[in-house]
Amino acid sequence: MGKFSKLITEPLRKTNPITVLVLGVCSCLAVTAKMKPAVVMAISVTVVTAFSNLIISLLRNGIPARIRIIVQLVVVAALVILVDQFLKAFVYDVSKQLSVFVGLIITNCIVMGRLEAYAMSHKPIESFFDGIGNGLGYGLILVIVAFFRELLGSGSLWGFPIVPKAFYAAGYLNNSLMILPPMALIIVGIVIWIQRSRHPELQEKK
Amino acid sequence: MQKNKTKFRRSLRDFFIVTDETSDGKLRSHITGLRRYIDKIKPNFMEGGRFSKLQSTFEAFESFLFVPDETTKCGVQIRDAVDMKRTMFFVVIALIPTLLFGIWNVGYQHVLSCGDTLNFWNIIGFGLLTTLPTIVVSYVVGLAIEFAFAQIRHHQVNEGFLVTGLLIPLVLPPDIPLWMVAIATAFAVIIGKEVFGGTGMNIVNPALLARAFLFFSYPSVMSGTSVWIADKPDAFSGATPLALLENGVSAMPSAWTMFWGGIPGSLGETSKIAILLGAILLLVCGIASLRIMASICIGGIAMGLVFNLIGGSTAMQVPFYYHLLMGGFAFGAVFMATDPVTAPQTDRGKIIYGLLIGIFAVMIRVVNPAYAEGMMLAILLMNVFSPLIDHCVIAKNIRMRKKRAINHQKATAK
Repeated sequence: MGKFSKLITEPLRKTNPITVLVLGVCSCLAVTAKMKPAVVMAISVTVVTAFSNLIISLLRNGIPARIRIIVQLVVVAALVILVDQFLKAFVYDVSKQLSVFVGLIITNCIVMGRLEAYAMSHKPIESFFDGIGNGLGYGLILVIVAFFRELLGSGSLWGFPIVPKAFYAAGYLNNSLMILPPMALIIVGIVIWIQRSRHPELQEKK
Repeated sequence: MQKNKTKFRRSLRDFFIVTDETSDGKLRSHITGLRRYIDKIKPNFMEGGRFSKLQSTFEAFESFLFVPDETTKCGVQIRDAVDMKRTMFFVVIALIPTLLFGIWNVGYQHVLSCGDTLNFWNIIGFGLLTTLPTIVVSYVVGLAIEFAFAQIRHHQVNEGFLVTGLLIPLVLPPDIPLWMVAIATAFAVIIGKEVFGGTGMNIVNPALLARAFLFFSYPSVMSGTSVWIADKPDAFSGATPLALLENGVSAMPSAWTMFWGGIPGSLGETSKIAILLGAILLLVCGIASLRIMASICIGGIAMGLVFNLIGGSTAMQVPFYYHLLMGGFAFGAVFMATDPVTAPQTDRGKIIYGLLIGIFAVMIRVVNPAYAEGMMLAILLMNVFSPLIDHCVIAKNIRMRKKRAINHQKATAK
């Protein structure tokens, strides 16, 4: 199982889809104002990457190279519709908050990137784990960003107020810039900064 | 006891003043004790010394006290006497009139709103008490971060923050909470400057970035009518001329009042006379670019005239010259847009940059009343575009010269 656990843990660190490959940043800016939608989004993307990787890997020898993108899109779109319907059925309020971004998982660069880079050339089980790993790597960054944005921007976590009332009485204010997307980009930038200074091998040679 | 005292005095004198015999037999005293002391402790801070980690800090203080005596070993031999330290200091001096007027005006607006007697010391005392903490916080936080980064990266500490640290309080409302000043300064220095590699590498003006950060983070303390006068009674209207722009010229203070500056506003922006004094100093010393300042004014006037011609709303009907007197237009044009790091380097680029700042600033003010301070947003936007402007100007020049060369070749071939 060493190989499989590596497939899952590597994308959390050195091959993280957001901070190292810089894929899937758009949705990271859009859904991280609060923790709850971020976590739901992370799970949805993990499910989609895992199963689309699995299905495409199963089909990989039968897909004509010239129309592979279309085939991949059909599979991804079908999975995204399933996830969307599932969310609407069971967590309707979060599904409303996420609005179009669930549908936009189809265009999430990570899904397509993993299909092209991994599933088309690896066996189904490995591809499945690779999908889970990359989904979790994406989710990890989403949760980190959402944690800071919700804590500093709304003074709460998972919807529960965290910052004590006494703080507000003393003149503390929530930072409205945290709610706006630019701050998500800056937080992702800071995460990349920290990661690169901790792993010098990620830095480009000068 | 007496003897001890004399001894102590003598040793103190020996420490600071050293008397040498020069070659022609005369005695000459000079202050070298401090120099000697620094030379003595220097090895500790050099590579391999006990405090080698504090090398940058040591160098910063050494070059603060003494002009460095190092000369270049190769390459450029002749250097401009006006180095970065001097440049930055001239800007700080140019800012002093606005700062002094700002301190007075903070007190004046407060006393006026409370209906106290207009006693000079009342005014200055209140102004100092309100503004000095902001300045101290901005300098302490910013310099601490600068020193820390210089230390970690083994760089020299740069003088750039001397100006930024003073500009930040000057563009903020007078009684802004100090923790916000600290956060904004830290954000501006780290995200605006150090991330890109420190002084001289930043894309946008750090002081304006600090203001923009606060403007979008805490709109309730950065806009509206209640924040521009420190400790104001609720009944007194504290609207700035910019906030009154929507209501048309009849609601605004007279052009003369806005020119000399007895209006509510950010610390340094109110008096155009003080800003003009600073501008003259910067221009005479050749530090700021006249092209940028002039083209900003022309751009602003042109856009103001266009709006006057359209005249669709009361805000559009405000006379064009009011825009030069309202809000941070003058302050931004003189001290912010002319920042040599973030402005274009080419002459033609500077004119394009200035014109666009003027146009955008007036446009944002008039068309979008929610973002009253259009000057800040216009300068930040053009800061981002200035490398592109430079690139286009240079590319155009290359094309033009190439064409000329080809034409010349053709002409001589015939």
